[in-house]
Amino acid sequence: MEKFGFTISKIRQIDYDSNDRSIADYIYEREPSFRLCIECGGCSATCTTGNYTNFSLRELHILIKRGENSQVIENLKKCMLCGKCILVCPRGVNTRNIVILARQAFQKSDSYAI
Amino acid sequence: MSKHVVVIGAGVAGLEAAGRLSKAGFYVSLLEKEVKTGGHLNDWYKLFPDRRNSSEVKHYLDKLTLNDGIKILSGTTIEKFSKRKSHFSIITDKGNEIIADAVVVATGFDLFKSARKEEYGYGIYDNVITSAELEGMFRNDKIALCNGKIPGAIGIVHCVGSRDEKVGNLYCSKLCCVTAVKQAIEICEHLPESKVFCFYMDMRMGGAHYEELYREAQEKWGVNFIRGKVSEAGETINNRLVIKVEDTLAGRPLKMELDMLVLMAGMEMSDGGKKIAGISGLNTGENRFFSAADPHYGSNISNIKGVFYAGTCTAPMNITETISHARAAVSEVMDYLKDVN
Ligand code: SF4
Ligand code: SF4
Ligand code: SF4
Repeated sequence: MEKFGFTISKIRQIDYDSNDRSIADYIYEREPSFRLCIECGGCSATCTTGNYTNFSLRELHILIKRGENSQVIENLKKCMLCGKCILVCPRGVNTRNIVILARQAFQKSDSYAI
Repeated sequence: MSKHVVVIGAGVAGLEAAGRLSKAGFYVSLLEKEVKTGGHLNDWYKLFPDRRNSSEVKHYLDKLTLNDGIKILSGTTIEKFSKRKSHFSIITDKGNEIIADAVVVATGFDLFKSARKEEYGYGIYDNVITSAELEGMFRNDKIALCNGKIPGAIGIVHCVGSRDEKVGNLYCSKLCCVTAVKQAIEICEHLPESKVFCFYMDMRMGGAHYEELYREAQEKWGVNFIRGKVSEAGETINNRLVIKVEDTLAGRPLKMELDMLVLMAGMEMSDGGKKIAGISGLNTGENRFFSAADPHYGSNISNIKGVFYAGTCTAPMNITETISHARAAVSEVMDYLKDVN
């Protein structure tokens, strides 16, 4: 039989007030340079992973800051921790450490399975 | 006999021009429509980027113009303006005629009237205020909501009335990005518990020490910057504000509740300047500011010989630029009057 009917689309809107930003706070506390990112995309331009997959470190920063954590988890493991991105950043963000701290924060948290 | 120069407008540009003209030996009449001189300086608490108290600059200008060679006519507007041979005749609202050898127009700017951007709710929701109103709160050392409570989350909307075809202003007002950053820092200083969000289209921090201030806002104060133009503000059932914006760097729409929204009103040609343009025949450009003879080397020169421009009546400028521009106008006046009998 032919299948027909409606699908329900999940809302794409970031609900800032209900999101959990504890991962971001964990990083802010331990790596203050996380605040300095200006979203220029230098890191994601040089990133080898980003050039072969749909991973963007720049976008990852934003997603962490907004508390879009399920999307963060999906992407976090793609980084190889090579550190190339640190060489490019104009604001001196310790980019690699942000990935390391994010992984740590998720591991320590009971709310996420990683 | 000393030549007589009329300066129209006693804001930063007018006061600087009057003071310098007087020092150069001219007799000066300084016309101001308000009762007080100083223009927008009177509404601002501290100035970017060094956070100097605005009264210090006012004090410098007052000292410069405290001089027998300068007659300040405050509370005066101009009704008629005409050129007779090499002289100018100016009729005031009180019916007096002033004869001048040269004129400096320093009519400044007005802040964009934020209620025109209805979608931001200024004049509709209680806790939507302008950058100028926030300065008033700083001055009184009290940042509070209408009900007297302390705001916890404060949003700052950049480009209100600038870079916006919908209100007919295509230009960037140049100063509101750094004002937003300065005010964000000041909010954090006053209310350390608060969270501040700047919603911007581009961060235009093109002045000495502006970028450093931006960095300080991030590093020291944790101000959040979200790239996207706020599309609308609404009110929740419990009187909080709710805004919609696209977080363009995440590529997702975003919604957030706030206690207070501060609108960074842009700079527009002043109503006073428009009136002068109307009665004098001075040319204005597509942005409605006075248009100067040449953007590179004639920015003080108008289409009427003997009339010169100083300051933000020609384009948005910061105080440093305004003062330099006023001094340049004085040098044009001196050059012009050398050859006029
Ligand atoms: S450390 Fe990670 S994000 Fe940085 S360049 Fe290497 S793979 Fe890319
Ligand atoms: S290079 Fe630095 S400033 Fe630019 S997006 Fe990456 S972390 Fe942010
Ligand atoms: S200075 Fe910034 S806020 Fe002001 S109009 Fe330009 S981009 Fe917009």
